[in-house]
Amino acid sequence: MIRVALPAHLRTIAKVDGEVTLDVKGEVTQRAVLDALEETYPMLCGTVRDRTTHRRRAFVRFFACEQDLSHDEPDAPLPEPVTAGSEPFLIVGAMAGG
Amino acid sequence: MSGVRVLVGTRKGAFVLTADGKRDKWDVSGPHFAGWEVYHVAGSPADPSRLYASQSTGWFGQLIQRSDDGGKSWEQMGNAFEYEGVPGTHQWYDGTPHPWEFARVWHLEPSLSDPDTVFAGVEDAALFRSTDGGREWSELSGLRTHSSAPSWQPGAGGMCLHTIVLDPSDPNRMFIAISAAGVFRTDDAGQTWRPVNRGLLSQGIPDPDSEVGHCVHRLAMHPSKPEVLFMQKHWDVMRTDDAGESWHEISGNLPTDFGFVIDVHPHEPETIYVVPIESDSEHYPPEGKLRVYRSRTGGNEWEPLTNGLPQANCYVNVLRDAMAVDTLDSSGVYVGTTGGQVYASPDAGDSWSPIVRDLPAVLSVEVQTLP
Repeated sequence: MIRVALPAHLRTIAKVDGEVTLDVKGEVTQRAVLDALEETYPMLCGTVRDRTTHRRRAFVRFFACEQDLSHDEPDAPLPEPVTAGSEPFLIVGAMAGG
Repeated sequence: MSGVRVLVGTRKGAFVLTADGKRDKWDVSGPHFAGWEVYHVAGSPADPSRLYASQSTGWFGQLIQRSDDGGKSWEQMGNAFEYEGVPGTHQWYDGTPHPWEFARVWHLEPSLSDPDTVFAGVEDAALFRSTDGGREWSELSGLRTHSSAPSWQPGAGGMCLHTIVLDPSDPNRMFIAISAAGVFRTDDAGQTWRPVNRGLLSQGIPDPDSEVGHCVHRLAMHPSKPEVLFMQKHWDVMRTDDAGESWHEISGNLPTDFGFVIDVHPHEPETIYVVPIESDSEHYPPEGKLRVYRSRTGGNEWEPLTNGLPQANCYVNVLRDAMAVDTLDSSGVYVGTTGGQVYASPDAGDSWSPIVRDLPAVLSVEVQTLP
């Protein structure tokens, strides 16, 4: 199972506490994880990436294993610890005050 | 006993303020959608228990919430606001073409007769409609594809469609206003639109009396006189008596005719309210005195209403959607400020007191008069 940590606002919207776990079919990539996230929590559609283009929203970042993966290709494999479920895939609201 | 429900949108959530008809003791609930910007909360005239709220952040985008119990509980609705076809470009601040991009819903206007039908005015400017209670949204694209649209430009707050006025005497007619394009009217339920800005005069655009390009801040209509509209423009308070075919200025003796809000007394179609603001760069009341101005003559002759409002060191703003009137016999007037106060007057503006003093900056105020 893939672990995903959501920012507080999106945990509220998804009505979850703490991390969520997702069953991701096939290769574990950003796209596959986000597809599984939106399938499990359809109320998050449009909040992390554009509904149509699937482009990451400008103020959303993706981190894992102390790396910034925000600008990686959506179909690039995620780090092995994420795939193995030992590290979470972090969806983060960009640090911008407010 | 009858009562009122005041719906307040703020920078960090929504609040619902309720009182009985005396309007002297208030129950405050919220924040709903804590930490999110709530540009607008609106109730259905056809079913007062049905509320719609626009919830957004720059981080996570736009959500729409619906309540079927007057704001006690909420359910997330659809958020797919997709422009029809290839959206094209409008003018950017520097005059260059800029692609149409959805940013947020500024204003929700429920149908006068059907609780499941609601209109949404969005940034970048376009009009959407849902007929299933907010689950699905479709664009009334005849507005955005008007031949003038490539010349529309954003106001300081973005290129927003912020005002939707439905004509109670003609379901096919509605008015919308865009900053900074101006007023448009449809007479065929939103299929086609035409600008109705004759008489407006705006500095800061190449042609001051241009057909489009005016920074209209707000429109208001009394339901018994749907051909009469009042306008607070960037500068100038204006009036039309022929559904927008021609406008004339009614700023009269106002201390400044810059401002954002305008509204009409529910029982007196010639009694209107504005909140003068110092200037386009100084968004606070003149002399640090928060004064609502009332005209009982349909404009030009204005009286300041100050009883209970701060008359020293007050430098808040009242944004365009942050004034409302209830329809009780002794009509109430409500004003929300960027300082987080919501002031209520239970006597048509003669006296005021704060319902709440310390909310986040208020973006919008609506009021429902309950049976």
